[in-house]
Amino acid sequence: MRAFLLAVPLLIFLAATFVVPIGKLLIMSVETVEVANAFPRTAALLAGLPGPPALPSRQIFEALAADLETAQDQGTLAAAARRLNTYEPGFRSLLLKTVRQLPLPDGEPADKAFQRIDQRWGEPETWRLLGRAAHRWTLDFLLTAVDHKIGAGGTIEPVEASQAIYVGAFLRTFAISASVALICLVLGYPVAFVLATLPARQSNLLMIFVIVPFWTSLLVRTTAWYVLLQPNGVFNALLTRSGLTAAPVALMFNRTGVLIGMTHVLLPFMILANYAVMRGISPDYQRAAVSLGAHPALAFLRIYVPLTLPGIGTGTFLVFVLALGYYITPALLGGAGDEMISQLVALQINRQLNWGLAGALSVYLVVFTLTVYVVFNRLVGVDRLRLG
Amino acid sequence: MTAEATAVLSERIVRRGVRVFSTAVLIFLVAPILIIVPLSFNQSSYFSYPLTGLTLRWYDFILQSPEWRMAIFNSFVIGFSATAIATVLGTLAAIGISRPSFPLRGVIMPVLIAPMIIPIIVVAVSLYLVFAPLGLTNTHLGVILAHAALGTPFVVITVTARLMAFDTNLSRAAASLGATPWAAFRRVMLPQILPGVATGSIFAFATSFDEVVVILFIGGPEQRTIPRQMWAGIRDQINPGILAMAGLLTVFAVALFLLISWLQGRSGASAR
Amino acid sequence: MLRAMRLDRRMLPMAMGLVALATPAAAADSLTVVTYGGAFESAANKAFFEPFTAKTGIRIVKEEYDGGLAKLRGMVEAGDTTWDLIDMETSDAIAGCDEGLLQKLDPKLLGDTSDFIPGAVLPCAVASMVWSTIYAYDTTRLTTAPTTIGDFFDLGKFPGKRGMRKSPKAALESALMADGVPAGDVYKVLGTPEGLDRAFKKLSTIKSQVVWWDAGAQPAQLLADGAVSMTMAYDGRIQVARTRDKRPFAIVWDGQLYDYEWWGIPKGARNADASKLFLEYASGPDTIWKLSRYIAYAPPRKSAMLKIDQAILPYLSLAPDNMKNSLRIDAQFWADNFDSINNRFLTWLGQ
Repeated sequence: MRAFLLAVPLLIFLAATFVVPIGKLLIMSVETVEVANAFPRTAALLAGLPGPPALPSRQIFEALAADLETAQDQGTLAAAARRLNTYEPGFRSLLLKTVRQLPLPDGEPADKAFQRIDQRWGEPETWRLLGRAAHRWTLDFLLTAVDHKIGAGGTIEPVEASQAIYVGAFLRTFAISASVALICLVLGYPVAFVLATLPARQSNLLMIFVIVPFWTSLLVRTTAWYVLLQPNGVFNALLTRSGLTAAPVALMFNRTGVLIGMTHVLLPFMILANYAVMRGISPDYQRAAVSLGAHPALAFLRIYVPLTLPGIGTGTFLVFVLALGYYITPALLGGAGDEMISQLVALQINRQLNWGLAGALSVYLVVFTLTVYVVFNRLVGVDRLRLG
Repeated sequence: MTAEATAVLSERIVRRGVRVFSTAVLIFLVAPILIIVPLSFNQSSYFSYPLTGLTLRWYDFILQSPEWRMAIFNSFVIGFSATAIATVLGTLAAIGISRPSFPLRGVIMPVLIAPMIIPIIVVAVSLYLVFAPLGLTNTHLGVILAHAALGTPFVVITVTARLMAFDTNLSRAAASLGATPWAAFRRVMLPQILPGVATGSIFAFATSFDEVVVILFIGGPEQRTIPRQMWAGIRDQINPGILAMAGLLTVFAVALFLLISWLQGRSGASAR
Repeated sequence: MLRAMRLDRRMLPMAMGLVALATPAAAADSLTVVTYGGAFESAANKAFFEPFTAKTGIRIVKEEYDGGLAKLRGMVEAGDTTWDLIDMETSDAIAGCDEGLLQKLDPKLLGDTSDFIPGAVLPCAVASMVWSTIYAYDTTRLTTAPTTIGDFFDLGKFPGKRGMRKSPKAALESALMADGVPAGDVYKVLGTPEGLDRAFKKLSTIKSQVVWWDAGAQPAQLLADGAVSMTMAYDGRIQVARTRDKRPFAIVWDGQLYDYEWWGIPKGARNADASKLFLEYASGPDTIWKLSRYIAYAPPRKSAMLKIDQAILPYLSLAPDNMKNSLRIDAQFWADNFDSINNRFLTWLGQ
């Protein structure tokens, strides 16, 4: 129990700064209170109706008129309008336009007045969407995040092709991360091998080439590539001056730039993870195999490589998982069509303050990352994660 | 030629090939930094070779500019404060979790290292969601708490690794000789794990010092740190001042490297 | 080991002390003005802030922000508004008013409101200047000068790369105008599915040649580097490159998309009276035009346009010759449609 008490301060700290905030964001993906909070009376009445109404009763129009005015006074209208606008572009201005004409003139029935202000109030679809948004729990965001929606008939259907961006972005994020992990493995494994088999003096010296970049700020390294890869940058000057190419080659603001930058940033993780494992492998195994008549290449593949699998696993896991959440490097070196999921999450908050969709995208990202983690833990063991 | 000789020859060729390849990869790792640092001394404000003349004016520029000075100040204040919190909490937790009697290790360990694994954008957006109503956005305190959380896994991992090599009998021996738990900790355990604590805290500091995504979301103009200022600079207008800052940070990275090597030299091979 | 410990002990209290130092104190007879900083702030400083302080003795405390309402929302909800006056873009000024984050303005403060150009006075904000999205080119690189928005989309007549902001806003309006839609009908057309298709179709004709930019400073850089032959840009930025950096850039005003920059007073501002005094001063016909002396942004008052130095008139978005074919960005349209159109834009970019 004493042992547990020692960990309590950190657990409380992480709960407050980490677990609770992330939990709250993930809950935002299924919870939506903006409309229910802003229009409590309307929400209650709509919830009491049996199925999707053709057109609601006058009483509901009156409730909405009253709710709209209160919501404006309390400052809850804008958030509700933003939420409804995600269902139907233009819903926001419909509400704002309506509220500007309140209070309704004496004697005019609310339903007539609303339809005079805008004919959309006479359409059942408008009320169906309002009713759905008034529910506290929703699957909308989780569906939107995989390019689906609940259609008019209540069934789940794909969104129009022109609105489908998230599945593509998830696949792209996965493809970029996998490519970076693979490139890092191909580049890093031989380096780790050379460093691990060299005498300690030489290998320590060469290790500087790995560790100094590792400690150098991510922003510095991304800046470096930004300067090097520009159309008129150092790299292109070299290419054109040497006559290799006639005109500058596009090396950034595209996938090439993203892959170069991310590989450079993540490669040290791969090298260090493999190096740590390779250092502990005695060369005797391989020597023994060769002396027993095995071909050196075969001995390497059959004896050495399997022994380094924990290093390969750790390195690939680290690079892949870190790449999944990358934001800075793709944002600076990528171009149109290279957006990773992190950038789309940021966009939802910065531009739209759409917590629900940001939460839903995060749910998939976190679930996927944790799945990778669990698989890694099963195969390799998380105790392998060492630093320094 | 015998088959054996062919094998030896081809092995030699492969070895040579692997070395050449590795050298190229190592050059790829350091070249970008080595190429841009000289550009920070360039007379002209264009990023190209040959240099038109050497100058220190870009360094002078960032050291004089109020924005950069504030960024440097903020980076150290936030970095040191976050590191202090992460080091204390992380070390305590590591001592606890290393004891055989620790319950639910399989559940708690993933929570402790989660800040390393969860994508940073999710952390940043979540903190924005929770900190804004509490008035913690646009404050130093908010950024410090966030960075401390991000730094704790490093301390937990390095100290735990160090403790695995620690002989718990030593603590028990100290206790049986009449030492109070605190004295036993300070005199017996702490000296043993200190290199691990120091390494972890350097990692925690570096994490904070290099962090920009969380600051983008929960920091305000007064919390601009060096990476935040560099991010703004690249997005807006990339000027040689940024390269001068990059030069300073590279020197800083080398210093951290030397510090870590020194610590590992002290702790001996057993730390790995 | 000992050395490391001593280092730690010394640093802790120092760091804590520095945190305490970093908390600013508020002054009584001052006015906290928040802007995006940069060139606009330094111009406003010379044109408005310094003369205002000289006249009234009220000190101006300048602060910077990156736009958006998040920070303001936090302050108002916490009941602790430390800002007195905010420089805002249209979408924020409208949403801030809708959400009750800004104070309603008394139009009497502004004198004759009919002297303001249409739309320059909102319930909660008054325009401080007019900025515009135009396209620019390097006169030393193009042999024939482009003159119309259609030329930007004409790769046959003017081959070469184009710079555009990575956003559907302004890009789609320009595409429609280049496709022959009269300025007055652009948003009507864009509001229909067919019109949206038409805009994307026009944009697709130059897509292969477009270099997309994010930040306002990039286009001038792209043009200077020769990375593009023409680029969409903000007029003030191009003027700065032209006058300060002596770049041989020219602006094509045909099809320009202009918008206002706003002053707003936040709810709960401690020095709201001083803010009103400032607005009365800085929006007055005798002062408002002075900004254009320091940066090429036009004043939103008709009478002020007459006072401006004739030499700089051709470089201002509101000069009659530059306004012949122009359109004001419709913030309401984008507030309703940005989400869905931006999704489509992103899909289109990825294709």
